[in-house]
Amino acid sequence: MAEEESKKKKLCIIVSKGTLDAAYPPLILASTAASMDWEAHLFFTFYGLDIINKKKYKSLKVAPIANPAMPMPVPNIIGMLPGMTAMATMMMKSMMKKQNVPSIEELINMCKDMGVKFYACQMTMDVMGCPESDLLPVVDACLGAAGFLDIASDADVTLFI
Amino acid sequence: MVEADEVMDASGLSCPMPVLKARQAMQKLAPGKVLKIITTDKGSKSDIPAWAKQNGFELLESSEEGGKFIFYVKKPA
Repeated sequence: MAEEESKKKKLCIIVSKGTLDAAYPPLILASTAASMDWEAHLFFTFYGLDIINKKKYKSLKVAPIANPAMPMPVPNIIGMLPGMTAMATMMMKSMMKKQNVPSIEELINMCKDMGVKFYACQMTMDVMGCPESDLLPVVDACLGAAGFLDIASDADVTLFI
Repeated sequence: MVEADEVMDASGLSCPMPVLKARQAMQKLAPGKVLKIITTDKGSKSDIPAWAKQNGFELLESSEEGGKFIFYVKKPA
């Protein structure tokens, strides 16, 4: 019983998408979990790997195409035009700034400061030709599926985003 | 009326900043002391009580005045 009481709650999230809008929820949830004294583990796989890629994490984008939930919805045929992705991204970033939402970079740093663990999917790195040197230094380890499942096996909350 | 030992003002900040700042402030607080938390984020109305509960902190009082949410949270002795 004493052991149960001392065990921290544990959050494990699989981060599979690399758009700006998909990068926020895992980082917000992990930092919030850490603020509640939970353990938090993030496993970045497929496009989610961009969020911890040095060359890409500052330029995550919002897709205006096939995205009917945009604040100012644009028809797909307009969304296809050059420059529309950059415009949608700019709009989203300025709306976030107005509400004082931290940037992805700030959230990553806050997560790290609070002890959130970052894992890169080894298979994705191999497929995408992403060497470990391209990853942010926040990354704790490169893992396979079994490695992550081992960590997640006794989690209290598990999410796939 | 609850007396605060320290005040943490997160006015103007959005989720998840109020709880992250609250955690920082709570870490600096001595056991048994009370932290006053001020926020304007509507989500913090439910976030701060949930955050306190998960951390085992006691929420002594919460109120709302002029668009600001005010919480008094005690760190266990």
